[in-house]
Amino acid sequence: MITARYHREVPQRYRLEAGKCTKCGYVAFPPRLVCPKCNTKKFKPIVLKDEGKIITYTVIRVGPDKFSKETPYAIGIIELNDKLRLTAQIAGVVDFDKLKIGQKVKLVFRKIQDDGKAGIHMYGYKAVLA
Amino acid sequence: MIGIVGFGAYLPRYRIKAETIAKQWGMDANAIIRGLQLNEKTVPGQDEDTITISVAAAKNALLRAQIDPQDIGALYIGSESHPYAVKPSGTIVIDALGVGPHVHVASYEFACKAGSEAMYVAYSLVKAGEMKYAMGIGADTSQGAPGDALEYSASAGGAAFIMGSEKVVAEILFTHSYTSDTPDFWRREGEDYPRHGGRFTGDPAYFKHVMGAANALLEKSKMKPSDFKYAVFHMPNGKFPQEVGKRLGFTKEQLEVGWIVPWMGNTYSGSSPTGLAAILDVAKPDDMIFMVSFGSGAGSDGFIFKVTKEITKVQNRAPKLKDYLDKDKIYLDYGEYAKFRKKIKLNE
Ligand SMILES: [Zn+2]
Repeated sequence: MITARYHREVPQRYRLEAGKCTKCGYVAFPPRLVCPKCNTKKFKPIVLKDEGKIITYTVIRVGPDKFSKETPYAIGIIELNDKLRLTAQIAGVVDFDKLKIGQKVKLVFRKIQDDGKAGIHMYGYKAVLA
Repeated sequence: MIGIVGFGAYLPRYRIKAETIAKQWGMDANAIIRGLQLNEKTVPGQDEDTITISVAAAKNALLRAQIDPQDIGALYIGSESHPYAVKPSGTIVIDALGVGPHVHVASYEFACKAGSEAMYVAYSLVKAGEMKYAMGIGADTSQGAPGDALEYSASAGGAAFIMGSEKVVAEILFTHSYTSDTPDFWRREGEDYPRHGGRFTGDPAYFKHVMGAANALLEKSKMKPSDFKYAVFHMPNGKFPQEVGKRLGFTKEQLEVGWIVPWMGNTYSGSSPTGLAAILDVAKPDDMIFMVSFGSGAGSDGFIFKVTKEITKVQNRAPKLKDYLDKDKIYLDYGEYAKFRKKIKLNE
């Protein structure tokens, strides 16, 4: 059931909630159960800053079925000001030739996809040029 | 003192010109631009809806108010384009903002006046001492049937207002609502586009209710139109708010700042609230603001605000309505617009 997984991921997808290891300070995004640095299982939730820059990107011109009517669109690896990296669509780009590595972006709340015609709407973060 | 402690607006970047729509249907663009006073309107991106617009506007309101989202005791969203027929929009918005789960949430619907309803209830709860802060949002991604007059106006955008009693930027001095059963505009369950009563939407609907609320507000407050620096009325097109302002005795200058409809369109539940946000963006301490919304069906909510000295501290903490209205616009042709608004039939 897609709704159970979607619901579980709401804190990270809606408001960039990461897990900070209470022992060594490692920040996991998406949150993890066990710290890869010190094997501790204790994390406290922190909210990441919504600003960062483009590390690299690609332009999707032939998209998977669900996104085939939204092409072309850019997907990028974004490094947040917290130094954490994540993958996100870069929305609202008009001229892809002007997209550049290092450009500043801001993460915004957008609809990511629908679960078919009658299923739930799924929301999350996308990057827009700052 | 109870009133607005934070406000924020949001408009999508996409636009379609009245001229582009008129060309599609073989209409005279100049007649529409002159008659309805509409030049262009906002169009939501394919990944934007009432919920994402509400989140964007609410984040701007939080930037201005600088309060802990956890202190918000209620959040209400007024819209006629809630993405779900059954499932509240507000639950998604609170989780995106970090509000709750100890919070009261509801969706309001009353054609174009659902946003001012959300504001009124949020204000009333704070005034009653039920909670420290409450947020009222008006947002829409409204649709007009292809070729209908509404297609030139139905647009997307929203505004959010946090009500509270500390560091108030605009005190609410008086409110008044005026409501009657008037079938000027409706949409039946399962229909894609609304229907309206043509000319019936004017005098018996818009003008009667806006003036009903406005005159009662003036009487209650013992004030006259010249006591106000700004006035904003619901903006179904460019003409109606100017006409109702004139009938009530307000001047063009008082309406100018909030009269954003010629370049934005009618953002329905977000219409007079975004106009109010545009006014608060530039207002100065002690300015008086007169606002009356209108929702078909029909009713009007009126407010009298008095701007405080706190306003100048918060104005630059978030993007202004004018920034969204004037900057980074992306123009669509009719085909792209039809795709964005899902007016094209696709294979499943
Ligand atoms: Zn650790």
